[in-house]
Amino acid sequence: MGKISIEGTSKTPTVLFDAEAGVMELKGRSIPENSIEFYKPIVESLDDYSKGPKSSTKVEIQLEYFNTSSSKCILDLFKKLEAIHKAGNEVSINWYYEEDDEDMLEAGEDYQAIIKVPFTMIEVEEED
Amino acid sequence: MRLMSFGDLNIYDFYKKMESNDIMLSFKGDVTSDMLTSMLQIMETKLDNLGEESRVKRKVYNVLVECLQNLYHHRDEMKRTGFKEESAAIFMIGRNESSYNIVTGNYILADRVSDLKSRIDQVNVLDKDGLKMLYKEVLNNEERSEKGGGGLGIIDIARKSKQKLVYDFMDVDDKYSFFSLYIKIPQKN
Repeated sequence: MGKISIEGTSKTPTVLFDAEAGVMELKGRSIPENSIEFYKPIVESLDDYSKGPKSSTKVEIQLEYFNTSSSKCILDLFKKLEAIHKAGNEVSINWYYEEDDEDMLEAGEDYQAIIKVPFTMIEVEEED
Repeated sequence: MRLMSFGDLNIYDFYKKMESNDIMLSFKGDVTSDMLTSMLQIMETKLDNLGEESRVKRKVYNVLVECLQNLYHHRDEMKRTGFKEESAAIFMIGRNESSYNIVTGNYILADRVSDLKSRIDQVNVLDKDGLKMLYKEVLNNEERSEKGGGGLGIIDIARKSKQKLVYDFMDVDDKYSFFSLYIKIPQKN
């Protein structure tokens, strides 16, 4: 089964998806002009994975910035995870935000309100 | 002093205007992907050098991304048919004691004016909770614009800046208007 490992750039996040381990990570910045193109292979892999998922899937989202065009793609990922969860598998999403980043906290809360998957907001200390 | 003139532009006047408005970066031209990346890098460096607190820095950067990508996504429309000029937009960011101020300007097809105007007006009447609700609604609808945004940019800018969006449409000819958008990001909010 698929494994995705994409190194981050100043506009796109580091992406790790290990289907064998049931782990997905998104870290860094997600501000590409064309988010659909960037997220397409990730959404497709998750789609494949959803046909035979692990009993437990863990997702870690730790973004510094993301643009509105990424926000719909991230929701697409979460909707796939929601379907996996609905089918009776364990799924958890951890959403990290820096302590004074109210916008990132709110963004997480927005997803939390839309997606019916156990969703944990985790405050981290400011980097720098 | 003839040397200070550039066409009908007096460069010293221009300099003073930029200085008095504390313009940090201004740009007129085609907002390509490379240009956009460069402008974001310049602004990130400037914000770091100013020692701006990370909360404000993130807000300014986020709003900049949305503004510049709005310009980028509408590049084709900005190239007026029948004119030699390139696809172009104008962009400026300045700062005073209380806020960062961003202004963008670009040609827009006249027949799109009423739609865009009503979208901004819709955002401007909403309070914090109203904006949050509208954002979630638009995020969760199935609509996707070609590049993915699907109408979230304006709502996001209003949410993050926590200010009403000031705008203007100026009739240029029967096919085009000039759209300007003024965004203020308070340093304390």
